[in-house]
Amino acid sequence: MANIATWPGRVRPAPENFLTDEQIAAVKDGRRDFLRKALLTASAAMAAPTMARAAGEGDPAILNLPPWSTSLGQPVAANPYGMPSKYERGLQRRESPGLTRVGGSSVAFTPLQGLFGIITPSGLHFERHHQGWHDVDPSKHRLMINGLVKTHAVFTMDDLMRLPSVSRIHFIECGANTGMEWGNVAVPTVQYSHGMLSCSEFTGVPLKDILDMCGADYKKGRFVLAEGADGSSMTRTIPMELIESGEVLVAYGMNGEMLRPENGYPLRLVVPGVQGVSWVKWLRRIEVGDKPWGTKDEAVHYMDLMPDGLHRQYSSVQECKSVITTPSGGQLLLDKGFYNISGMAWSGRGKVARVDVSTDGGINWRPARLETPVLSKAITRFNIDWVWDGKPAILQSRAVDETGYVQPSYGQLRKVRGTKSIYHNNAIQSWKVVESGEVSNVQVL
Amino acid sequence: MSRFSKTLIALLVAGVSSSALAFDRYPGIGRPATEVEVKAWDIDVRPDFVGLPKGSGNVDRGMELWETHCASCHGVFGESNEVFTPIVGGTTLKDIETGRVEALVTGSSPQRTTLMKVPTVSTLFDYIQRAMPWTAPKSLSPDEVYAILAYLLNLGEIIPADYVLSDENIGEVQARMPNRNGMTTDHGMWPGAPSSKGGIGNGGAPDVKNVACMKDCKKAVDIVSALPDYAQDAHGNLAEQNRPVGQTRGKQTGAPSESPNAARQSQAAATLALANDKGCMACHGVANKIIGPGYNEIAQKYQTQTDAEAKLIAKVKNGGQGAWGAIPMPPQGHVADEDVKRLVNWILQGAKAQ
Repeated sequence: MANIATWPGRVRPAPENFLTDEQIAAVKDGRRDFLRKALLTASAAMAAPTMARAAGEGDPAILNLPPWSTSLGQPVAANPYGMPSKYERGLQRRESPGLTRVGGSSVAFTPLQGLFGIITPSGLHFERHHQGWHDVDPSKHRLMINGLVKTHAVFTMDDLMRLPSVSRIHFIECGANTGMEWGNVAVPTVQYSHGMLSCSEFTGVPLKDILDMCGADYKKGRFVLAEGADGSSMTRTIPMELIESGEVLVAYGMNGEMLRPENGYPLRLVVPGVQGVSWVKWLRRIEVGDKPWGTKDEAVHYMDLMPDGLHRQYSSVQECKSVITTPSGGQLLLDKGFYNISGMAWSGRGKVARVDVSTDGGINWRPARLETPVLSKAITRFNIDWVWDGKPAILQSRAVDETGYVQPSYGQLRKVRGTKSIYHNNAIQSWKVVESGEVSNVQVL
Repeated sequence: MSRFSKTLIALLVAGVSSSALAFDRYPGIGRPATEVEVKAWDIDVRPDFVGLPKGSGNVDRGMELWETHCASCHGVFGESNEVFTPIVGGTTLKDIETGRVEALVTGSSPQRTTLMKVPTVSTLFDYIQRAMPWTAPKSLSPDEVYAILAYLLNLGEIIPADYVLSDENIGEVQARMPNRNGMTTDHGMWPGAPSSKGGIGNGGAPDVKNVACMKDCKKAVDIVSALPDYAQDAHGNLAEQNRPVGQTRGKQTGAPSESPNAARQSQAAATLALANDKGCMACHGVANKIIGPGYNEIAQKYQTQTDAEAKLIAKVKNGGQGAWGAIPMPPQGHVADEDVKRLVNWILQGAKAQ
């Protein structure tokens, strides 16, 4: 890859004599058969976007009118449910080969490298299932409340959707996000290193309102069990304090429509700031109790192994973390010059207060711009200007949340937690840029 | 599991809301659950065994059930690493004595098995009861769950071969769990009250403390890890995983993948996807044995048999054992008849991807 001028995607001037004298004459004559041919050439060039800068008389993308300027477009409702442009098809949820062996108990990662702002498009929300997903019939779905409540109760979706609702934007991150990277670099791009992360507007009913209706015993009942309706009937223990704060929602809406089946249609728990496994999907039951449950995902998985051989049990909060999403691993910079370094920051303990960015591997830092909105327990988008001089660089971001907690380095985290924890890796991510413009995943202590 | 008073249950069964006031806030919304409804769904078992159903099962019965329902994914001795991570292995008699798994301290075991990690026997009962077998969760009776659990515990040498595990003696078993003392909640990642106030953990104090240094924070940058060469192509062509416009492009790696549209249109590809969806590929490779035979082997074996289709449909639906070795194939009741037929024909025609 020494000759960067030959890279796909590199911006360079259109070649000399792109149009012959005859062709130029033909364009001037307005001869349509030539235009038709030129259009074919133009669409072929789309595949390897090379000629963007004007040469000679000008940019063929300007001089040769494209079909979308010279023909009739599609009618309304040609796609009754709209889909992204065909040119965006590279940005899909993807599995990491070799990570799991069974698709029903696996992960599909969100392509963070292509996302803007803070909201994850619903079709790109990461997937993690424990025993496959179903498209649950909402008319047959029920939510049961039992345990330490005065009235054991059942709610239909009709019931829940009649109750006063709230809509809130929150991130959801799997506790195992970045888990493959605890010991060493294992994956090439931000999709696989950080893509068990999404952020959506969720609509639903505060669980507190429902527990109030049922007469929950808040004195004795300091723990809540959430259970799914899928085959795994996944269960997790949630502290009553979080529910009393009003933050925990029984949600049916996501980004203005119903939850997608892969994300728990028609009902899931939203537990802001807490790892995704507690956001129980296809939620069928809430039980109030006086002790934690030690469920499979609290006593076999989702426990963090420490160097002394002890497992941290009931670790739940996603601590402050950030990552630069562009430029990022597996990408190529087009040329020297200006770039907008852009990324995401989030904290399970509240708002992001600040993000600093380094381009020299952490020797010097500059504060990035935080874009609005900056919301509690939501992704915050940050941007910072960068002029690349064509020399090697190491890009890092470091977030600070409103509690004053500063995102740690790999060295700091490993000193306390070793390298076998699997869960809760919130270390500072490094992307190395070399002279050729290639960006790759590296680790810096 | 509920601790609902009997009188209150009686009221509810009689159709009387015990707490009309609370429901009055939102009249007409929600209704009391009946006792039978709560019993049907309230299946959780806590570490203190609240919720544990009465019943019992012995190791021998457990082995029979294991071979029918579980061995195809987990291996005959719960040791298989083919489909899921191993359940059994890595624990010693000394661990059973101390309640700490030494291999976790020394790091001597290549992988963490379930028995190395799990501190509470209730967790295993609860999980098998609610989620197993993989393709037919919640189909086991409490006695069957006791038996399967007894078999597993015996493989881990936690109970002897003649043990009859029951709701009455499960507490004794808890006292022998190899990693029962292997947990800590001394961390700041529980978002509720700390253990000093009846909750869990230290109240949110972080375990690392970075400072936001801005200038000359270190002298040199030490890169300790980079993506190994052999892993460069492991995630496909990165050029196709990035946008064709913007400030960057994706790097060309690996072989360009086929067009997803073309694949979708292919009937064969759709059947391959169906095989994936229904979990067939967990045990059968297209051209290789995993737990069961590869589809290539099946097609070859049955190619001259005129009743191959009917025979294989029956095997998929009802399960089978012996044709390919000792590991049985469980009945695949979750696959619709028309899908079984489609899959079988696809296998007999060579299980092509396109």
